[in-house]
Amino acid sequence: MNVQAKPWFGGVRFNVVFGIAVVGFMFAVALVGPWFAPADPLAINIRARLATPGGDYLLGADEFGRDVLSRLIAGARTSVVIALVTVAIAVALGTIFGVLAGYRRGWTDRCLMIVNDSMLAFPGLLLALGIMAVFGASRDGIIIALGLAYAPVVVRVVRGTVLSLREQEFIEASRVIGNPEWLTMLRHVLPNCLAPLLVVATMMFGWVILSESALSFLGLGVPPPAPSWGNMLSTARPYINQAPQLIVFPGLCISITLLGVNMLGDAIRDWLDPKMERAA
Amino acid sequence: MSGPALEVEGLDVMVGGTGMRVVKNLSFSIARGGALALVGESGSGKTMAARSILRLLPPGLRASSEAVRFEGRDIANAADAEMRRLRGAQIGMVFQEPMVSLNPSMSIGGQMGEGLRLHKSLSAGEIRDMSLAMLERVRIPDPGGCLAAYPHEFSGGMRQRIMLASVMLMRPALLIADEPTTALDTLVSREVLDLMMELTEENGTAVLLISHDLGMVARYMQDLLVMKDGEAVEKGSAAEVLRAPSHGYTQRLVDALPRRSHGGERGVPAKPIIEVEGLRVAYPGRRRLLRSLPAKEVLHGVDLRVGEGETLALVGGSGSGKTTLGRALVGLTRPLDGLMRFRGEPLDWRAPQPGMRKDIQFIFQDPYSSLDPRQNVGSIIAEPLKRDRASTRRGRRERTAEILELVGLPADFMPRLPHQLSGGQRQRVAIARALVREPKFLVADEPVSALDMTVQAQILKLIRELQARFGFACLFVSHDLGAVEQVADRVAVMKEGRIVEEGTRDDIFDRPQQEYTRALLDAAMLIDRRFGDRTAAQ
Repeated sequence: MNVQAKPWFGGVRFNVVFGIAVVGFMFAVALVGPWFAPADPLAINIRARLATPGGDYLLGADEFGRDVLSRLIAGARTSVVIALVTVAIAVALGTIFGVLAGYRRGWTDRCLMIVNDSMLAFPGLLLALGIMAVFGASRDGIIIALGLAYAPVVVRVVRGTVLSLREQEFIEASRVIGNPEWLTMLRHVLPNCLAPLLVVATMMFGWVILSESALSFLGLGVPPPAPSWGNMLSTARPYINQAPQLIVFPGLCISITLLGVNMLGDAIRDWLDPKMERAA
Repeated sequence: MSGPALEVEGLDVMVGGTGMRVVKNLSFSIARGGALALVGESGSGKTMAARSILRLLPPGLRASSEAVRFEGRDIANAADAEMRRLRGAQIGMVFQEPMVSLNPSMSIGGQMGEGLRLHKSLSAGEIRDMSLAMLERVRIPDPGGCLAAYPHEFSGGMRQRIMLASVMLMRPALLIADEPTTALDTLVSREVLDLMMELTEENGTAVLLISHDLGMVARYMQDLLVMKDGEAVEKGSAAEVLRAPSHGYTQRLVDALPRRSHGGERGVPAKPIIEVEGLRVAYPGRRRLLRSLPAKEVLHGVDLRVGEGETLALVGGSGSGKTTLGRALVGLTRPLDGLMRFRGEPLDWRAPQPGMRKDIQFIFQDPYSSLDPRQNVGSIIAEPLKRDRASTRRGRRERTAEILELVGLPADFMPRLPHQLSGGQRQRVAIARALVREPKFLVADEPVSALDMTVQAQILKLIRELQARFGFACLFVSHDLGAVEQVADRVAVMKEGRIVEEGTRDDIFDRPQQEYTRALLDAAMLIDRRFGDRTAAQ
């Protein structure tokens, strides 16, 4: 049952506004931010080492005297690209195998699920670490590794939804009409998986940003000196007492982005739900 | 003893802050040991009225009344603690869905004893003895084993009897039964109702029955109150109301009741369109941890013939295999053995001949799940047309509008989504989808059993009209002989996977040969078996 959403801000709900604002801002920064950045994110200035925020360095400078704001902006591009492509890979793989397993059942399902469950048994990060070992530490390596590591989650979600959809009579009705199986999947099964898929995709967007940070933190992420929010966190760790702002700013970026993405996900799901009356 | 068991005066039920009233100024009373039925269609407020007495309204609804008196005591303003003492102990309630009203993780014995433990101080042994006696009373085989069993081990009818037993165990002064048999087939619901009336009579319990089925109510209840849009439109003794309904709405309800009509039988056509010989269907056994249980055969060699343009009704209780037979004919269930022929050609759904899908269509029982929630009406109906590669977008649109009109829906319904439609409208859409390519043979699987009585009558009429127009043959699968009577040319009776009797409609209804057929007919509560004088007078 849908909980009546409270209107806010002239009839629009808060999560829609906040989600769109945050995600839109992040995409904008990723796209055009580097041209507006106050400094070169890689320019080193030893005299400004660990400078406090203010003055020339709006958000301070890191241990090599590089401008934190410029590095955050550059990092946003890395994070957005990685998160988007990774989620796209995971969702594409997961949907194909999830629908196949759920709809065909029988041996197809059993074989796919054995592989899937053994992948799920590893923590996502550990699996990514293993795959990274093969592809090497690079941006593309991270994307492939995380995409493969998170696909099993999507498979599980999609398969579960398809299994319950299968029992609905409109799927059988599609067979009676004479639709071939692939058309039934495309036209009736897949669109009805959209809501859970979107929820997983947005949540995963957050996980990927976190995992990328974690991998970078472990030194397996985007290779330095290129900035990403994760490797900024990890390089700032030794200076946590002298310059806590080095931890706080990238951390804030990650948390606010995650919050925005999740709220946008909620909003999109509500909007896609055919049972929600769309207010004109 | 004096005074009524329950008296309700000026009851209103409102939806949250909107001020919309779903029950308006309702008053009624039930004598001690008496029986009253609230009759109305879905949305008439009958369930909310009954629930507000026990204060079991869903969140967001508020009740207010001038007075609700239970055995003379005003309970409208009673404290919550007092209401808890009343519920179960003195006012019992039986719900509609036996499949969900028992806790699946608790044994039957545990659930039956729950009320006794709460309200009376009895030892475990006494509780067990009382439960056993009551289970025996409701004719559950092996009551001892039943106490240790769990709800999923029982059928819907058995569960409803268990539910009744555990409510009556408390010997309440009032029993509220909310559509207790709607989810059951006619034979079983007959048994459950008989039992309910026996038990309440023995214990002097007053009954408030909520139902949409006027025919059933007329058979069991002394008094009834007809509700429409939250208001009482008619009140009186059941016999009186049925014989001379004073309100237009009640008149419509009475008209929608199944009754035995005469004449109108079409000649049996010579040419068969569908032939079935020795059809056997089995469902694979349930998988246990290591091995599978043996397959369960549900059809044991069925022979059947449907002539061109005729309607053959397939009737039987739940589990008789009638739905399976219908599904096998359209290829939704794979037969184990046997032969199916369509216009003399063998019918094999694993390698269907072109055009077979166009000529053989199916209408599902539940219009709430047979339509894709994300498709609008227009694209649902147009989808079968897309199978024809030569069709144009414009042609499909025109055809959709045409068939929409034929099923009695306005053309501006096309952009609507299924959840914006009522049950009857949904079933019309489903019928339009099935008929849009003008099939030659249609299987209708209980097409009206999920609908209100007046809507049922409309849909049955629509099916008849469309059949006259398009001339398709129809296999009408149903447990409801009232509906069958209105559409069938011939009737086949199924029991336990076999056809036990087959004949023309009048033969089956007037001269049933089998005991089982007679029981089905008796349970169908065709109205002029009791109120024959009314039709005779007209």
